[in-house]
Amino acid sequence: MLERAGVAWTKDDMTDLLPAKDGNAIENYMINFGPQHPAAHGVLRLVMELDGEIIERCDPHIGLLHRGTEKLIEYKTYLQALPYMDRLDYVSPMCMEHSYVLAIEKLAAIEVPLRAKYIRTMFAEITRILNHILNVTTHAMDVGAMTPILWLFEEREKLMEFYERVSGARFHAAYFRPGGVHQDLPDGLLEDILAWCDGFPKVLGEMQGLVADNRIFKQRNADIGVIPAADAVAWGFTGPCIRASGIPWDLRKAQPYDAYHLVDFDVIVGKDGDCYARFMVRMEEMRQSLRIIRQCVNDMPEGPHTTLDRKVAPPSRAEMKRSMEALIHHFKLYTEGMRVPAGDAYVATESPKGEFGIYLVADGTNKPWRCHVRATGMAHLQAMDFLCKGHMLADAPAILGSLDIVFGEVDR
Amino acid sequence: MSAPEVKAPQPGRCSWPAVASVQGIEGYLGEILGDALLATEVHVREATAIVGRERLAWVMETLRADPVLRMEQLIDICGVDYPDRAERFEVVYQLLSMRANLRLRVKVTTDARTPVPSLTALWPVAGWYERETWDCYGVLFDGNPDLRRILTDYGFEGHPFRKDFPLTGHVELRYSEEHKRVVYEPVKLAQDFRSFDFLSPWEGTDYVLPGDEKAGELAKEHKRA
Repeated sequence: MLERAGVAWTKDDMTDLLPAKDGNAIENYMINFGPQHPAAHGVLRLVMELDGEIIERCDPHIGLLHRGTEKLIEYKTYLQALPYMDRLDYVSPMCMEHSYVLAIEKLAAIEVPLRAKYIRTMFAEITRILNHILNVTTHAMDVGAMTPILWLFEEREKLMEFYERVSGARFHAAYFRPGGVHQDLPDGLLEDILAWCDGFPKVLGEMQGLVADNRIFKQRNADIGVIPAADAVAWGFTGPCIRASGIPWDLRKAQPYDAYHLVDFDVIVGKDGDCYARFMVRMEEMRQSLRIIRQCVNDMPEGPHTTLDRKVAPPSRAEMKRSMEALIHHFKLYTEGMRVPAGDAYVATESPKGEFGIYLVADGTNKPWRCHVRATGMAHLQAMDFLCKGHMLADAPAILGSLDIVFGEVDR
Repeated sequence: MSAPEVKAPQPGRCSWPAVASVQGIEGYLGEILGDALLATEVHVREATAIVGRERLAWVMETLRADPVLRMEQLIDICGVDYPDRAERFEVVYQLLSMRANLRLRVKVTTDARTPVPSLTALWPVAGWYERETWDCYGVLFDGNPDLRRILTDYGFEGHPFRKDFPLTGHVELRYSEEHKRVVYEPVKLAQDFRSFDFLSPWEGTDYVLPGDEKAGELAKEHKRA
C-alpha cells in the first residue's frame, strides 16, 4: 500500500536536485511494507521513509504475532510449557525445545543418557537443515528465483516425515523432554536417515548451481546489506549472520552441549557480511549438518532414551501395568509435574538462526517464575534500519530474507 | 591487580552448554567494579553481578573494556517481577564475551517510577530490548531515544508481564460487521479462568475449587464441631 505523506508534488523530475520553489517543501515518501506482504516472511510492518527509491529510514513494527508465550509459561508446569517452544520459531521447532530442556536440566542437575544426547544432536541438525532449506529457498524466491523452493521443499517434506516418525507430529513435535527425548527411535529410522543423507547433497548441489552463480541472483545479493564484524557484534548478531561477517563464532563449538563435543564438523565463516555471504554460509552449513547427522547415526549407542530418574521422566507404559510405584510416579509427574530447585539460569544453544537463549527463573515449585526467551531474530531485525539505509527499496526483501526472520520467535 | 585464571569449558557429562569460567570471579568483579557492585551470586556455575542502578552504564563500559572478561556483546535484556519486594523489578542483562568465551549476568533493581540508565549509547541492540522491557513491565529507561511500546498492540494499556496483570487481559477484539472495523470490548470468558495448584495432589489445595464452595463450609463446620 502506498501512501503519500508529503504535500509537495511537482511534475518536474528534477525537483529533488533543485531547491524547493514556490514555497513548496520537498518531503520524502513514507510507505508501509506489510503487514501483509509476501516478502515480509510473516506479519511484519516496515514503515519506510523513501527518497525516490532510496531507503532513508526503516522502522520495523513488530508484535503483530505476540501471543504472550512468556506469560503463559508462568501459568503452566515445566512439562506443559514445553509445546509453547515449538510454536516460537515454527520452522525449527526442535531447536527451540532444545534450549528450554537444557535450561531445566541445568537448574535441576538432571543427567541425560548418551543415546538421548545423540538423538537430540541428530534431530537438532535435521532441524537446522529444515530451517536452512526454508530460508535459502524463500530468500531465492524473494529475489526472483522460483525453482529452488520447488526442488528443495520435497526434501523438507522427507525431513518432516522423520519428525513424524519419532514424535507423531510433522511440526510441533514436543519431542525433546527434560532428561532426554519422549520416545526411542522407531525401527529402521536410522537407516532411512542415512539413505536420505546420501541423496540430499546432489539435490543441494543442483539447487546451488541454479542460483549461486546466477548473474541476477548475484546482482541482487552481493554487496547488499553489508554489516562489518564490529557492527555485527554491537547489533547483537549471532549464528550464520555473524559468521557471514567473518567472526568464527559457533556455540556448538565454543560452548558444546549434548553430543556436539563428540562430533566433528567445521564452522563455516563468510567474508563480506552481505546477503550473498549469509546465503552461502547457510548452504555450506547444511553440508556440515549432514556430516554431523551421519556421525550421530554411526556412533549412536544403545541404551535408555531418557533419564531413569522417575522424578523427571515417566516410566514406560509396560512398567506401569505391573508396578504400583511406577503408576504413582506417572500420576505425580502428570499432575504435580517436576519441581525445579530455586535459582536462575541462562542457557543458549545454536539454533539455526543464531543464539537462542532461555533465561529461566525457578522458585522451587512446579511452575517457572519467569521464562524469558532470547529471540535471535529480534536482534537481527533491529538492525534492518542499519542494513537498509541507502539501499534501494527492492533490496529490502533481499536483506530481510538473508536475516532469516520468523515472527513466531521475534514476537513470542 | 592480578589477572584471574580463565578455565576452559569442560564438556562431558552434562547435557547443557559447557561455558568457560573465571577462577574467583566474585573477588575479581569486586576489584574492577568497586562500590558499584552490590553483590555477586554464582548459581549453577553462572555468575551474576548485582550492581547499583545509577552506575550501570559505567559498569557495562568497564566490563566491556576489561582485559580478562572482555564482554563485547550484549545478548539480552529482560525484566523479572517480584511484587513482594520494595523495588519490585529486576532488569537482567546477559553479556557474552566471544574472545574469552565467557558469560556474565548483570542485574539491577528498580520500581515502576525510577528509571534505569539506557545502554543504547554502548550497544545499539539495547534499544529494542529496553523497549520490550518497558512494554512488558513498565520499567523506564533513561536515555533511550525511542521508548515506544513494541510487542503489544497500538494503544495498549498496562504492562502485561507484571504478576498483577491478569493472564486473560482486560480487552478482546473482534471485527464488527456493524462498524465495519475491529472493535475492542471487555474480556468475556465463557468459563472462569481456572489455575489449578497441583503442588500436592495428596493434600488438596489452599483455595476453594469453583463449584466446591459448600464443601469448604462443611469442612469448617466439621472442624468447629
